[in-house]
Amino acid sequence: MTSRRDFLKAGGVSLGALAVGPDLLRASSGGALLPASAATGYRPLPPVYTDPATRELLMEALDAAKRAGASWADVRIGRNRNNSVNTREQQVTNVVESDTMGCGVRVLVNGCWGFAATQELSKPGVGGAAQEAVAIAKANAVAMDRRVTLAPAPALGDVTWRSSYTVDPFTVSLEEKVGLLFKANAEAVKAKNVRFVNSGLTFVKEERNYANTDGSVITQDYVRSWVTLSCTAVANGESATRGPEVVQPAGRGWEYVLEADIVGNASKWGEEAAEKLTAKSVDVGRYDLLLHPSQLFLTIHESLAHPTELDRAMGYEANYAGTSFMAPPEDVLGKLRLGPPMMNLVGNRSEVGALATIGYDDDGVKPDDFHIVKDGILNDYQTTREQAPWLDWWYAKNGEQPRSHGCCSAQSWADVQFQRMPNVSLQPGEQDLSWDDMVAATDRGIAMIGRSSYSIDQQRYNAQFGAQLCYEIKGGKIVGQLKDVAYQMRTPDFWNAMDMLGGKSSYEFGGTFNDGKGQPGQANAVSHGCPPTRFKNINVINTGRTL
Amino acid sequence: MSRDLGAPRRLVGANAHCVLAANGVLTREAAQVLVERVVKMSKADAINVSVQSGRETNLRFADNQMSTSGVTSNTTLRVESVFGQRVASVVTNDQSDEGLRRAVQQSEAIAKLAPEDPEYLPGLGPQEYEPVSAWFDSTADLSAEARAKAALTALAPARAAKDLTVAGFIVCGAGASAIGNEKGMFAYHRSTNANYTLTARTNDGTGSGWAAADDNDWNAVNFGSVAEQAIDKARRSRNPVAIEPGRYTVIFEPEATGNLVSVMRGALQARSADEGRSAFSKQGGGTKVGEKILDERITLSSDPRDPLVLASPFDGDGMPQGKEVWVENGVLKQLSYNRFWAQKQGTQPTGGGNSMRLAGGSDSLASMIADTERGVLVTRLWYLRAVNGRTLVYTGLTRDGTFLIEGGKIARSIKNFRFNDSPLFMLNNLEAIGPAIRTAGGGSLVMPTVKVRDFNFTSLSDAV
Repeated sequence: MTSRRDFLKAGGVSLGALAVGPDLLRASSGGALLPASAATGYRPLPPVYTDPATRELLMEALDAAKRAGASWADVRIGRNRNNSVNTREQQVTNVVESDTMGCGVRVLVNGCWGFAATQELSKPGVGGAAQEAVAIAKANAVAMDRRVTLAPAPALGDVTWRSSYTVDPFTVSLEEKVGLLFKANAEAVKAKNVRFVNSGLTFVKEERNYANTDGSVITQDYVRSWVTLSCTAVANGESATRGPEVVQPAGRGWEYVLEADIVGNASKWGEEAAEKLTAKSVDVGRYDLLLHPSQLFLTIHESLAHPTELDRAMGYEANYAGTSFMAPPEDVLGKLRLGPPMMNLVGNRSEVGALATIGYDDDGVKPDDFHIVKDGILNDYQTTREQAPWLDWWYAKNGEQPRSHGCCSAQSWADVQFQRMPNVSLQPGEQDLSWDDMVAATDRGIAMIGRSSYSIDQQRYNAQFGAQLCYEIKGGKIVGQLKDVAYQMRTPDFWNAMDMLGGKSSYEFGGTFNDGKGQPGQANAVSHGCPPTRFKNINVINTGRTL
Repeated sequence: MSRDLGAPRRLVGANAHCVLAANGVLTREAAQVLVERVVKMSKADAINVSVQSGRETNLRFADNQMSTSGVTSNTTLRVESVFGQRVASVVTNDQSDEGLRRAVQQSEAIAKLAPEDPEYLPGLGPQEYEPVSAWFDSTADLSAEARAKAALTALAPARAAKDLTVAGFIVCGAGASAIGNEKGMFAYHRSTNANYTLTARTNDGTGSGWAAADDNDWNAVNFGSVAEQAIDKARRSRNPVAIEPGRYTVIFEPEATGNLVSVMRGALQARSADEGRSAFSKQGGGTKVGEKILDERITLSSDPRDPLVLASPFDGDGMPQGKEVWVENGVLKQLSYNRFWAQKQGTQPTGGGNSMRLAGGSDSLASMIADTERGVLVTRLWYLRAVNGRTLVYTGLTRDGTFLIEGGKIARSIKNFRFNDSPLFMLNNLEAIGPAIRTAGGGSLVMPTVKVRDFNFTSLSDAV
């Protein structure tokens, strides 16, 4: 923890010099107390380290778990901060700053899981949570059948990691944030018929401390940022909206928000909303679809990334999100053709600025990059330490040791960790084609930009996706906007219809803070990199109706 | 601040001022003390404090195995400071004096910098609340052993049967919410909830059945019955056949009814209707209030005291919540007003309604099936997403038990469908309506089985 160490004092643990520092209030109050002249420059980032007081609590939780009978345990002490500012037109609708801390202890007792989370950051608090986690694991033994075993992971010793941000959004003043949104809103309403603008900034900062009984102690500092803006044009009883996802969220800081230039782009977004009012309603039929990364990322997410979560494939999510058509693993690994040979899909937590990028996961594993689809064939699943041994046979066949790909994650200290999606990214084509090259190469098609309505079944076969902006392509040229467009697809057919990939310089990320999974539900932030991609002869429906 | 380190954990509060009940949830007295401590620290013109205190226990099982299981206790405070029309909120879970003071000071610092919010209304004075009794010790004090035994009611038959795999989730919450301000307004509500959902799948991969139960009282959840229903449905849904998508007469079981009808809740806001951007805006201006928009057998209401709901008697502003009727006998009676929009439009605020009941009828499921020459029976819907906000057309899929009805009988299991349709069309095309029950999918919904004609299935899904 880089601040708010006073919990130790409140918890009655005597650590003298390590308790409250003189800069406590300043360090914890975000930018609110910054002098108004924020233009003088942003604060440099402090070093990342595991402070001794936090380490002592981590060790106490592990010791208490072992004393109570755990064969293995890990503990996370986290501080989760959220800052959001929302506006409409020239009004602030909401300013919220959230800051919570606590401790989650996970144990294995005789092959059964137990977990307990507490906000009491004191030795008795974390020790009590460890005991309760053990008691739950013991109580559950009556219903146990197969023991949980974990793939080995090397003890990492003391390590730290920080995401790739340069300006901490929590040190930027509210005035600067609101000023930026108001300017963008003012630009957006300049477009004809644009009557409503909503915009917002959301920032998350996680200070993550982790330790396990293998001997790893990990401290990580992770920041992510999201700018949203939606413009609604209204005329003749019709309304049309562009946004709110006009800028992709990223695992970066305030510098990313400035780079997005929402003031410079807002009038264009407004005009796009206005133009939508007069868009032609699409004729149903089959079209070649040219999907922009801001639209395609969600199709990758839903149709390829979710069904290659190994827990889903094994039925662990059957009662909520569902199972997977890519199952059972022994029938499909190395066999199932998901697309043409140019299709390569890589799971990773390493792409700079992507949302699922992290140094170490919540199993204490340093993640690796791995091919989920290799040359069009299903090659691997997303795994944790609990799951990797389920694929022993496959890794042995390929001459590999089973090891987790580092996909274990919890949304906060209050939630138990489980398998969550890494960045799952479609690799660009060999030829460096641009968006414009691909439009020019398309005779009769629809170009789709920006995520919109999306829905997919519980095994990830049948899906329907819309877009924020749809353009008709005729003879290699964009001829105008279309509305009421959605494509319906069956996953393997759709990906096998892929016939053109954009190149490296057209590769972009799309992502979300709020991918839901699990019971109780948890959110996960994830990005998907991809180039613009073309799909041949896809079924397009018209979603327009009148009351 | 000192603390007896040898005391049992449950007696160790977050700090000396905070008295937790044995289950870790703030009592009314403790919540009031906490709110008053924060209010006293305020130097702002006004302060609003809300507290959420809860303990949630859960157990997952899947693939006929035990999975994760745990408990989370947490109490968070939201401090909203106000200077004139300048407002900002800070959320913290640090209940020490220093933690609370920091939250107050920080919210004050941010509020001073915030632009004026022209829609901010001064907080309410003391209010009268008719309490809602929603707390059951059976749920709050549930033991880990009892929870594990409940899981065995599904795991044991599935393991014994050889043709079945079950996945389920048991989650019990005990929580309190409180809200107060510098004017002496204080509201407190506590509740418990026990929720059980179960999916049984046949090992040939062709059948899936879902069943669930939800109650404030753990003892009222019949685990054995849920297991029987899910297993029966899984076996009956094996080997589904494909039938052509198109317009069908459909019988929605209560869960499925709730999945689609509940999307109307967000659309009932007066403001978006007045602004010309909702399904209840009238072409050319105004709203559809007073117009018949649904079948005359349709009545939609919200009531925290509904015995099948038992929701909080106040909303996020501390405003008392009563029964609100949105649609009566098919006529749109009113839309929902927050305090600001009500004042602007010169009417009374209604609050958003934290539950929804679609009033039931007397038709039984058996009679609905018997009266159907050809139709589809749907267990539940999945992955609903708005396609068109102006018509409330949503897309989504059927799931976990979809059957073809022919000649008044359930004829066979059929493949799942994707639909593109609106609850507004659905509730206009009503054929029959059964008794309403509390659904288990979340959202405090009380929904009946309904039979409707011409429901729009647009494609097939191979998903089981």
